[in-house]
Parts: sequence; structure tokens; C-alpha cells
Amino acid sequence: MTEGSDARTRKLAERIAEIKPNPAVALGRSAWPFLAAIVIAFLLQVVIAPMLGGFYAKTLLDIGIAIVLASSLNIVNGFAGQFSIGHAGFMMVGGYAAACVTYYGSIKLLMPQGELTEAIGVSVLGGFLGSGDLLFLASCIVGGVFAAAAGIVVGLPSLRLRGDYLAIVTLGFGEIVRVLVQQTSDVIEPVKAVDAGVGEMVTHLGGPLGFTGTPTYVSPTPWATNASGDQTGHAGIFFAYSIVGILLVLVYRLKMSSQGRALLAVRENEVAAEAMGVDTASSKVSAFVLAAFFAGVGGALFAHSLGVTLNPNELGFQKSIDLVIMVVLGGMGSITGVVFAAAFLTVLPELFREAAQFITHLVGYHGQVNTDAYRMPVYALLLILVMILRPQGLFGIKELWDLGFWRRYVIPVWRKAAGGWLIPKHEARLPAAIARELSTERTGGEPAKSDDSPKPGASGDQP
Amino acid sequence: MNLSGWNKHRALVGSAFLLGVLCLGGCDKLGGKKDKGDGSGSSGVASGSENIPPSTGPIKIGHYASLTGEEATFGISTDNGVKLAMEERNAAGGVKNRQIELKTLDDGSKAAEAGNVVARLVNEDKVVALIGEVASSASIAGGKVAQDRGVPMISPSSTNKLVTKGRDMVSRVCFLDEFQGYVVAKFATDNKMKKVAILYDQAAAYSKGLAETFQTEIESLGGKITTKQAYKKGDPDVSAQLQTIKTSGADAVFLPGYYTDVGNIIRQARKLGIKVPFLGGDGWDSSALAKIGGDAIEGSYYSNHYSFGESRPEVQEFVKKYKAKYGEVPDGLAALGYDAARVLFDAMERAPSLRGRDLATAIAATKDFAGVTGKITLDANRDAVKKAVVVQMKGGKPVYVTSVVPKGWPEEKPEGAGSGSAAGSAGGAGSGSAAASASAAGSAK
Amino acid sequence: MNDFLQTLVNAIALGSLYALTALGYTLVYGVLRFINFAHSDVFTLGAWVSFTIAGWIGWAGTGSPIFAMPVILFLAMAICAALGIAIETFAYRPLRRAPRLNVLITAIGVSLLLQNVGQLKWAFGTQPQRMAELVEDRSLFTIYDVHIRLVDVVVVILAALLVVALERLVYGTRIGRAMRAVSFDERVASLMGIDVNRVISITFGIGSALAAAGGLLFALKYGSIKQTADATWVLLGLKAFVAAVVGGIGNVRGAVAGALLISFVEVFGAAYLSPHMKDLYVFVILIGVLLFKPSGLFGKAVTEKV
Repeated sequence: MTEGSDARTRKLAERIAEIKPNPAVALGRSAWPFLAAIVIAFLLQVVIAPMLGGFYAKTLLDIGIAIVLASSLNIVNGFAGQFSIGHAGFMMVGGYAAACVTYYGSIKLLMPQGELTEAIGVSVLGGFLGSGDLLFLASCIVGGVFAAAAGIVVGLPSLRLRGDYLAIVTLGFGEIVRVLVQQTSDVIEPVKAVDAGVGEMVTHLGGPLGFTGTPTYVSPTPWATNASGDQTGHAGIFFAYSIVGILLVLVYRLKMSSQGRALLAVRENEVAAEAMGVDTASSKVSAFVLAAFFAGVGGALFAHSLGVTLNPNELGFQKSIDLVIMVVLGGMGSITGVVFAAAFLTVLPELFREAAQFITHLVGYHGQVNTDAYRMPVYALLLILVMILRPQGLFGIKELWDLGFWRRYVIPVWRKAAGGWLIPKHEARLPAAIARELSTERTGGEPAKSDDSPKPGASGDQP
Repeated sequence: MNLSGWNKHRALVGSAFLLGVLCLGGCDKLGGKKDKGDGSGSSGVASGSENIPPSTGPIKIGHYASLTGEEATFGISTDNGVKLAMEERNAAGGVKNRQIELKTLDDGSKAAEAGNVVARLVNEDKVVALIGEVASSASIAGGKVAQDRGVPMISPSSTNKLVTKGRDMVSRVCFLDEFQGYVVAKFATDNKMKKVAILYDQAAAYSKGLAETFQTEIESLGGKITTKQAYKKGDPDVSAQLQTIKTSGADAVFLPGYYTDVGNIIRQARKLGIKVPFLGGDGWDSSALAKIGGDAIEGSYYSNHYSFGESRPEVQEFVKKYKAKYGEVPDGLAALGYDAARVLFDAMERAPSLRGRDLATAIAATKDFAGVTGKITLDANRDAVKKAVVVQMKGGKPVYVTSVVPKGWPEEKPEGAGSGSAAGSAGGAGSGSAAASASAAGSAK
Repeated sequence: MNDFLQTLVNAIALGSLYALTALGYTLVYGVLRFINFAHSDVFTLGAWVSFTIAGWIGWAGTGSPIFAMPVILFLAMAICAALGIAIETFAYRPLRRAPRLNVLITAIGVSLLLQNVGQLKWAFGTQPQRMAELVEDRSLFTIYDVHIRLVDVVVVILAALLVVALERLVYGTRIGRAMRAVSFDERVASLMGIDVNRVISITFGIGSALAAAGGLLFALKYGSIKQTADATWVLLGLKAFVAAVVGGIGNVRGAVAGALLISFVEVFGAAYLSPHMKDLYVFVILIGVLLFKPSGLFGKAVTEKV
């Protein structure tokens, strides 16, 4: 090769180096991970869910929703270290707002006038990503926005209160929302709802009966049919897991960003953080707002799930504590930890039931064994033991790939097998310009090779 | 692989994206139900219809009830009734020569759990029909799933109209709160209790709904509501509300709550010096009521679906059988559970097949079914139109006082315990009814 | 007028119950600087334990002898004191040096455990029960058509006696002085020869005993006890906690004042405003106090040392 083409190749390589989508870097910076999330969700829906069958697909769906809610709580409890035990309140606000949008929105915008009956119930409209789905997605966002507004309301007292007191105030907030929703009147029938104004809609949320008419957009499989041959399912897993994927990427970016570091600093020692120039006030409020937004989205997903009727009696302190246990068990501040804990705690009741059935059949008892009564005592015991024996939870503040055993056993094996694909080199975490400069310095004028996949045994640093 | 690092990643993500786009385009399979004219066709590929029941072997039915939790006696009573009916039927050969298999799941008195439990019964256990629930909020939650999945459901004792409204898979064998409000209102006005105060549970839809219909009915019958107060389920301190009621000068107090609270509230009322009688609805019906309420409850009335003191032969037969099997006198919920199961079996016999739509149609066509709780005929909304009874707490037990028939039915002779007349069932020739019922009630007061 | 009088009587009786429980919160906060979420469950258990013991001895229902009430009171207080000490030893003591958040979560865990174990079939069950009538259910006298019941009088007098006894204990005895010393500075107190562990255990014991007394009196006054996991107990405990905070947590007299304030707001609000929202009134007061005077009405503002 001539000198000239060598230089050109180098220049080209440099340019390409700047835009290459290294996954580890991409996770932090580009748009690919979101697309990957949507694709994975799609594959889950189309490939995995049918393999699992109706019941386990529903469990998969529940896990997805639990991950959304627990991760949102992780932002405020884990990253910012503010103890919030009223998270179900945000979930309720988001859920009811979303239900209003889909229910009243379907009636006013999508359903033709002639179809409106007195029966309170709106069915799922349109095909996949049709108008009904767009309305549903819009409702998720609306739910998130309303919940975020509530997050501001709760976030402000956090500026003056610490620890225990803040916990009580958040608890109080959850209760206040519950009592207010309970006072509302029955959901308006479709025939009359067409003319309902916003004020009327807000005061007719179903009260203690619950918001009964919500269409079930979040159903585990679309292939369920009822006896008349109507398709009654919907692509719920796709929606839920798309949101899960997007949320996880966003939360990861938050954690790795300077904003996230500020939150973690506030968690460690608020006074020191303030002294170092972190705006603790806005950090705390923004943590609440972000967490509330995603809790609202989670609430919207929950509100439209199969078998769920939003009911204020059931979204109280109990639900908040369920979420707190997930975050504490997984490790406050660890994204992967919370994901594992949410999944584990969602299937735990089922495991109990299976275990109880197995044992009773073994012993020969054929009656009804209700293991649900033992679920809460076991959770409580788990909580206490975790706090005493391993207070940082499963993963602490680290992620799965930061753990000792992962680095010692999994990564070397992967290196040998896949040649280090997906393992970021140290430089890959830095912005490309700085990386280039560093490599230029080191090798004395030669720009680094643009190829990012380190060969086995190459002089790559330990990630 | 020949591709260098970045190429690999690009290729992977790009092809995945392309795949996604292609699939989105051909995405009819993921379409929802009826298309509302937005252009994307939904041909509804019925791949694997989940609900075609097998045509041999035992018939599986599901029952979801509150076997534990706050309202545990409701669920247990109903379950006992259902089981009794099932065993009777199986002993008589089953339905179309197939035995019936029952699976009961507990929802812990929680409406949220009801939805999940029904989903499980339908998806996992593949039941052909459901019985449940007692509490209206649970029936609404469970009914939503049943309707979606096309599995017929019969509610034994849910009285809120929203349970069946617009859901053609869901029916019930009991009357509605609209009627129940009328029953108590009529009883009150017939017995010189024209100024009534209301104390309802704001956390229970049943209570709220029943209070509203009572108010409408008594006002149309010429009565007056002196005050309407609310308490929260479980809250022990209702002194403020009771104080207001006391000073409002009412002749009676309507307390449409659940038995778990009613006993306590009436006791407190007596302590505060409220001496007027209390009126209630079928939520009072439980053996635990007398235990909690004690002496304070004596003399109070409530409307119910049946009374063990009725002299009709069906009732006495049922009471005998239930007592033999379970050792206690059945309450209204057990009777309704029994009737619901029997209506279901009867419909299964009549239906051309056990598929959801066929079975639901057969159930909705139930007419003049001789139930323990009266002749059951389902109207266009799949609600049962039947008479109600009013009972009075005497000696810790609910004693039959009188019956009230739906509006527009001919009045009927009230049955005293031991009168033995066969004219007890609905639609009996009305004779000297109004005077007779008034005097019977008057003597019982 | 009788309306007002009746409401007043209710408020004072309820306030006494809140005061007994609030004192428990305040004592524990004083020595340990943390809010014992499980405290309201000791209140619940006090009610249930009394009911169960009365049943065993055979005093269920009416017609129990005059000494039945003090006996059951003593037994319930003793059992719950032991329970409180056990909780402290096994759940809180290992976390003495841990960050506050951990202890808080543990307290929530203990609270959940107590609630949910209590409602199991072999424990207390889920059905509401009717409390035995240890105090005869009659009215003492009547003013303006308002019945002043024996139960209410007993509740108020007993609560007052216990509060006075506590005050004498904390301000007039050696152990009380030790408690106050530990609440000032734990390490220095231990340097002065005070057995800190023993003092903390005793504090927990006393707090729990007071809560048990409150629970028993509550059961006597209202007559029906609901399952341990019922939301009403949580709400009651929460209101007592609010009372302690409003009065200035760590302050014994403040707890009593706060309790009376909260119960007056709640009862009068229910009577004259709207009974639907009476829980809200209490929370609104809580938020107001926390925002404007976080140290409570009687508390001292504590500057945080860095």
C-alpha cells in the first residue's frame, strides 16, 4: 500500500471509529438500545409467549409490570436514597388517568355513535398498532405525566424532611389519594359519556367498585379466543416489555450520568454533596418526578391488564410495601438486582402454591390449602433477615456485571468463547475523541486501530 | 466471522430492525377484536381456540369465593351450598351422564385477587362455567375476565346491577339492589317507619349502591330521609355519625353494610341511646352477626333471599339436607350457592353443547326454575326476578317476617311459620295480601 | 349542646387511647432515634391478647367479676412488654449501628410479620370478634341527654393514671434518669456506667406495655376487634404516631398534648365537617406541622451536626 492510501485508510478508520455502535458504549449513548428493546419485546411476544402457554405468559406479563414499578421506585429509594413508601399512590394516579383516557377517549373519539350502549365496558379497538393501541400508548404517557405532577407535590416536602418523616408523608400521600378516589361516583355509561366534560370524568372514577370499563390492552397473548371465535387477547407482552426495555436503558443512563452520580452523592451524604456543589433540592425533586412518571406508566400498564379492575382499596400501603420489598431485596440502586428481585417476588406466590400442593399431595391431604395467607409473613421475615444479614440486598449498588463472581468466572469464559464481543475495553467507555488522544499518546503518534473487537490475548485492559 | 467489530453490530441490529418492520407490516395476527374502521384488517386468526371443552369425561366447573379474609363466612357458606348441589347431582347420574368436577379457588375477600383467580380457572383449569362471587366488586372483576374469555358465569349473590350489565356471559340467581332497596323501603313504610336515616359504608360499592336505591324508593313511597351518613369499612368509631342520626329524629336507621361492621355499629348506637329499629340488606346474613351484635341486634330487620323458616317444601328439604351434611342451618348464601349450581346443571342439560356461547344462552333462558330461594326466571339482563323476604333477629336467629314481591307482581299471602300453605311460591293467587302482610309484620315488630 | 358534649366526651376518650400509644412511640424515639413502625401492632396484639385470655379464663361475654379488668390489663401489659423486648433484642439490636434507613425497613418488616402472623388460622384468625365485657356496660350518669358511660370514664382515668405514673418514672426515678441520659447521648451514658442495652430494653418494655393497655381499653370501648391485618389498626397506629410527632417527638408531655389535639380535630371534624374524610384531617395536620414546625409543638429544634 502506498503512503497516501494508508493515510486515507487511517482517516476513514478514524471517522468510522467515531460512529461505531459498540454495544457497551451504545447503551450509554445511542438509539440502538431502544430499538433492540422493542425488537426483543417483539420476539418475546411472538416466539416465547406462545411457547409458554396462557398461564406462564400471564406470569411473564406480571413480571414485566413489576419490573417497571420496582425500577421506578429504585430511582427515588435507591439512587436518591429518599425513603418513599407511598409509591402505590403514584401508580394509582397514573392508572386512573390512563384508564380515563382509554375509556372516555375510546368513547369520544374512536367508537361510532351508534355503538354506544349503556353497558359499562369498552373493548379493545383496532388491530395491532391501530388507533386503539395508539390511544393506549398515549394513555400511558398521560398517566405518567399526571403521576409526575403528583411527584412534584410529594417531592417538595422531601426538601425539608428526612428519613422517617418523609416516609410518613409519602405514606400519607398514598392514603390521601386512596380516600379521594373512593369518594368518586360510578363510571359514566358510554351513552352519556360522549358529552361528559373533564370535570365530570374526573369525579366519576368508579369509587370503591373500581374503574370497571377499561379495555384490556395488556393481555398476555393475542391468540386467545373466546367461544364465539372472537379474538380476545392483545399484544400485552410486547407493550409491557418495550416499556421495560426503554425504562431500563434510561435508568442505566441516568445512573452512569452526572445527574445520576449527583443523586448517589445525595444518597450517601446529603450535606457533603451540598458542599461539593450538588443542587440537592432539585436532585431530590427530580428523582421523585422521574420515579413518579414511570410509576404512572406502570400504573397505566397495570390498569389495562387482564383480570385487573383498578380499585382504590387494593392499591394502598400493601402494594407500596410490595414494591419496597422488591427494591430492598434486589439492592437499592442496582438496576439488575431490582429486576431479579421483581421477577423472583412475582413468581414466589406461585412457587408457594406449587410447593404446598406438592407437599399436601405427598401427605395425602386433599383439601384446599390457601398459601396466600403465608405469603406476607414470609415476605416480612425475608425483609427482616435481609436487613440484618445482608442489608445491601442481593447486589448492593453494583450491577450484575460488576459482581465479583461474574468478573472472575463469566467474563474469562466469554472472552475465550466469543472473543471479547460486548466486553468494553476501558477506553471504549470514554468519549471517542479522548480515547483517540490517549491511544495516540501511548503509541507515540500512531492513531489506534479503529477495530474495537480486541483479539484474544491482545493488550486490552481489564474491563 | 469476517466482519469487523462495528460491522457485526450494525448488521445485527439492522437486520433485527428490518425483521421487525416486516413483521409489523404483516401483523394481522396481532390484531384485536372488531375493527373500528381504522384500516388495519383484523381477520382474527383463531389459532387454537382455547375454550372448546372436551366432550367426554368429567365436566369441570369453577367456583371462586372468599374462603378466607374479612368476609369468609360468605364464601364458605356459598361453597357448601354449591358442593351439596354437586354431590346430589353426581349421585343422580351427573349431567348427560358425565360427573361434575368442582374446583374452588379462594380470592381472600379481595376484588383484585378475584380477577386473577378467574383467569387461572379459565386458562389453567379450563373450566366450562364459573360460579361466583358474593361481593359485587369481586363479581365485577371476575366477570370482566369471564366475559373476555367467553366462559359463562353465574353469580349466586351479587346484587349490584353492574355485574351483569352489558356482559352476556354473566348472569345471577339473586335479585338486584334496585329491588332490594325497594323491599326495605316498602317494608319500612308499611310498618310506619317513614322517617329513616341512612348510614352506609363508603368503601363498599354494595353498600353505597343499596343506600342510593333505598333513598329513591322510600322517597317515592312517601317516606323521608332524615340524614345520610357514611362510615368507612372497619372503622370502629362511628359515634359522630350516630350522634347526627340520633338528633335527626328518625324512626328507623337503614344500615346496608356487611355483617363484619353492622353488629358493632348497632351496639354503639344502643349505647348512645338510639332506640329505633335498624334495617339492613342481605349483607347482614351471617351466623357471625349475632355473635358480634349480641342483644343490641335483637328486633332489627333485614332483607334476605330466603329464610330457613319458610314452609315451602323445597326449603325444608334443603335445610334438612344441609343440616345433615354440615351440622348447621343454612344461611341465604348457602341457599343461593345451591340454587346457582342447580341452575347451571339444568342449563347444561338443556344446552346443545357446553361451548361458552351455547351454555350462556341456555342459562339466560332459565324460566320458572324451582329454587330454594324462590322461582328463578332470568330476565333480559340475565338477572333473576323473584321475591325477597324480610327477617327479624329474634333470639340470635333471623326469623321470617314477611315477603315482598317485585313491583307489578300480584301481592301474595304471607306465609307464617307452620301455615303450610302451598301458595308460597311467586305468582300465587293474591288474596287478602296487603292487610295480611301488614298485620303479620305489625305483630312481629 | 348535647351534641357538643357528646362529641367532647368522645374526643377525650379517644385522645386518651392515642396518648397511651403515642407515649410508646415517643419513648422509643427518645432513646433510639427511630420510629418503631411495629408499635401499632403491639397495640393490636394488646387487644387480641386480652380477648384471648379473657376467653381462656372464662370471662368472655358479660358477667365478669370486678377484678377481671385489672387482672387482664396486667397480663396483657406483661405479655406485650415481653414481646416488645423480644422484638428489640432480635430485630433492632443487631442494627444498632446501622444506617437509619435499614432499621426503618426492619421495623416495617416486623410490623408486617406481626400483622400477618396474627391473622393466621392457628393464631387469631380473620374474623372480627366481640370483646368480653370486662367493664360493665352501663351509663354512669346523664347530662343534657348525653350518657356518660362507665367505659369512657374508666378509659380516661386509667390512661391518666398511666401517664402520670410514666411521668413519675421518667422524671423521678433512677431508671428514668438513665433513660433520659441515654436519650441525650448514648455513648457518654455508657461511659457513665449505664447499661445501655438494659435501659433500651426497659424502654421498649414500658412502651409496649402502654400500647397494650391502649389496645385493651380500645377493645373495651368499641367492643369489636377486627383481624390483626386490618387497615383500621394501621390507621390508628398512624394517628397515634402523628400525635407523637405533632407534640414533639421525644417529649412525654408533648405526646399527650399532641394526642388530645389530634383526637379533637378528628372527632370534631367528623361531627361538624364531614365524617367521610376524617382520616384526611389528621394527615393534613401532620403535613402542616412537618412543614412549618418539624420539631413539633413542644419539641426543640435540633440543629444537625455535620
